[in-house]
Amino acid sequence: MTTTTPSQISGRPWWRIPQRHVPVLATGALLLVMYAVGVSQYRAFSNVQVIFNVFIDNGFMLVVAVGMTFVILTGGIDLSVGSVVAMTAMVCASLLQAGVPAPLVLVIALLIGPTLGFLMGAVIHFFEIQPFIVTLAGMFFARGMCTLISKSSIPITDPFWTDAAQQRIGDPKGNFVSISVLIAFAVVVVAAYVLAYTRLGRNTYAIGGNPQSALLMGLPVAKTRIAVYTISGLCAAIGGILLSFYTLSGAPLIAVGMELDVIAAVVIGGTVLTGGSGYVFGTVLGVLVLGVIQTLITFDGSLNSWWTKIVIGGLLFAFILLQRLIGIRKK
Amino acid sequence: MSTWTVRRAALTGHALFWPIVALVALVVANTIYRPGFLAVEMKDGHLYGSLVDILRLSAPLILVALGMTLVIATGGIDLSVGSMCAISGAVACLYISKQPDQNAVGGVLVSLVLGVGLALVLGAWNGALVAVIGIQPIIATLILMVAGRGLAQLITEGQIITINSDPYKAIGVGHLLTLPLSIFIAAAVTLLIMLVTRRTALGLIIESVGGNAEASRLAGIRSGRIMFLIYVISAGCAAIAGFMITANVSSADGNAAGQWIELDAILAVVIGGTSLAGGRFSLGGTILGALLIQTLTTTVYAMNISPQTSLLFKAIVVIIVCLIQAPAFRARIAPRRPAGPAAPAVADQPKEQVPA
Repeated sequence: MTTTTPSQISGRPWWRIPQRHVPVLATGALLLVMYAVGVSQYRAFSNVQVIFNVFIDNGFMLVVAVGMTFVILTGGIDLSVGSVVAMTAMVCASLLQAGVPAPLVLVIALLIGPTLGFLMGAVIHFFEIQPFIVTLAGMFFARGMCTLISKSSIPITDPFWTDAAQQRIGDPKGNFVSISVLIAFAVVVVAAYVLAYTRLGRNTYAIGGNPQSALLMGLPVAKTRIAVYTISGLCAAIGGILLSFYTLSGAPLIAVGMELDVIAAVVIGGTVLTGGSGYVFGTVLGVLVLGVIQTLITFDGSLNSWWTKIVIGGLLFAFILLQRLIGIRKK
Repeated sequence: MSTWTVRRAALTGHALFWPIVALVALVVANTIYRPGFLAVEMKDGHLYGSLVDILRLSAPLILVALGMTLVIATGGIDLSVGSMCAISGAVACLYISKQPDQNAVGGVLVSLVLGVGLALVLGAWNGALVAVIGIQPIIATLILMVAGRGLAQLITEGQIITINSDPYKAIGVGHLLTLPLSIFIAAAVTLLIMLVTRRTALGLIIESVGGNAEASRLAGIRSGRIMFLIYVISAGCAAIAGFMITANVSSADGNAAGQWIELDAILAVVIGGTSLAGGRFSLGGTILGALLIQTLTTTVYAMNISPQTSLLFKAIVVIIVCLIQAPAFRARIAPRRPAGPAAPAVADQPKEQVPA
C-alpha cells in the first residue's frame, strides 16, 4: 500500500508529497496493486472490457458518490442518497408506465431529488439539527414513498429508456461502455471543476475547514450548506435515472444500504470525514476500488459475496487509520 | 400569569410530555379503529392481547435503545448494533445447531455465553477505535456496521440456520408468570442499567464525558475508559436483543436479523429526549420512545398498510420530534415568550399525523 508509482510522484522525492495528497495517492496505489493482483491471477482480467464493466456496473454509484463528496467536504453526511436513488427509479418507472412522455419524466425525476435535498439542507441549517438525523428522516421518507408508489417492481419498456440502456459506445475491437458511463464522467468533470475553480467550491472547502471562520469571513454559509445537500440530492436523482437505465425497472427495495457503500467509497477516496479536505478524483478512485473488489471476488468464484462487505470494512478501517496517522484531521 | 398557566407551561415543557401524548393518541386511535385493541385475555395461563404483543415485540428495541442511550449520552453513536444483533444471534444458533441435543439447557447457556462474548469483543473494538485511536464514532461504528453484516453471513455461511431448541426459543416467545419472558429480560436489564447509572456516580460521569470529554479528563475522570466501557455495554445489550430476535423465529438470518434496528434505536433515544449532542440522557424517555415506535409499527401493520410504508410515518415522527426539541425551532416559533406558548403551536402536528 505504501508503494507509489513514478507517474504519481512525478519525479519528486516521496517526502515532498503534500500531506493532503497522501490519501488519494494511497488509494491510487491500492487500486493499481489490486488490478495487478487480478491480472496476475486471472488471465481474462487484463481484458480492457473488464475495466469498462467496472464503470458500467458502478456508473450510478460514481455519480451518487460525487454528490456525497460535496456534503462530506462541508463536514456533513447524507444518509438519504440510497433511498432517493430508489425513489427516483420508482418514479421514472411508474410515470413511464402511466404513459407520460420520456422527456417530461426525466425533468420530473431530476427535480425530486434536489427538492428533497434542498429541504433537508434548509432544516439542517436553519434549525441546527444534526445532518445525520435529518437525512435519516429523509431516507425513511424516500424509502416509504417507494413502497407507496408500488409494492412490487415496475418494468420499464419505454423506447427512450431501452435505447439508453442498450446503446453501446465503443471501439472497433468490441470494447464498449454504456451511455450511463459517459453521463457519470460528465458529472465527475463538472463536479471537479465546480469544486476546484468556482466560488461555490471554495466556500465548500472553507465551511468544512471551519464553519465559524467561514461565517466570520463573510462567506455565504447558509447558501453553501443548503447548496451541497441540493447537489447531493441532484446527484442521487441522476444516479437513480442511471440505475433505471441499468436495470430497466424500478424496485422499491433496490439500493438498500447504498449510502454506506457510497460513504465508504468517499472515505477510501481520501476525503476527510470532518470536512475541508478531499478531491472528486479521490472519490472516483474510491468507487473503482469497491468495483474492483467486487470484480475480483466474482472472478475468484470460490469466495462469497459477504467477503465484499468484510473487505470493504477492512479497507475503511485502514484508510481512516491512515487519515488519523497523517494527522490532517482537525482536532 | 395564573398558577394554572404556569403549571401548564411546566407540564408541556417537560421533555416526556409530547412523546406521552403521542403514545396515548396512538392507543386511542387504535382503540377507535379496532375496539378490541385494549382487550387482554387469559389463555392457557398466558396473557394475550395487542398490548402484550407490543410489549413483547418492543423488548429487543428497548434493549438496543438502552445501550444506544448511554452511547449517545457520551456524545457518540453506535451504528453497528444491528450487525451486532445478527452476529450474536448467528453464533448462538450455529452453536445450538451443532449440538446433539438442541434442547439441553447447558448447550443453550454455552451458546449464549459465546454470543455475548463475541459481541463484547466487537464492542471493545468499537470502543478502542473511538476512545484510543480517536476516530469519530459515526465512522468507527460504520466499519462494523458494514463488515459485521459480512461477518454474520460468514458465520451462517449465507444460509438461514434453523434450530429446534425449546430453551432458546423461550427467550423470544416463552412465558413467565403469565407474561412473555422477553418483557422480564428487558425489564431486568433496564433496572440494572438504571441502578448502575442513577444510584452510583456513573450516570453523572457519563453525562460529564458527553458534555466535554477533555474537561472531564482534566477534572479527574478517565474519559477514554468510560467511552470504551459504554461501547462494550451497548454491544452487550445488542447481543441480548439479537438472541430475542433470532429466538422469536427460531432461526438466524445473517442478512435480515436486526436490520434497521440501529435507526429505530436512535429514533427511540431521540424521541425520549436524549440530546444527540450528548451530555444528558433519560432512560425512561428511551423506553417510552421504543414503545412509541413499536406501537406505531404495530398500528401500521394492523391498519393493513405495507410495513415499508411505516418508514414514511417514522420519517414524519422523527422530523416533528427533532423540530420540537431543536432550540432554534422553538426560538422561531415563540421568539419572546418562554416554553409555554411555544409548545402548543407545534403540538397539533403529532396529534394530526398519528392516526393518519
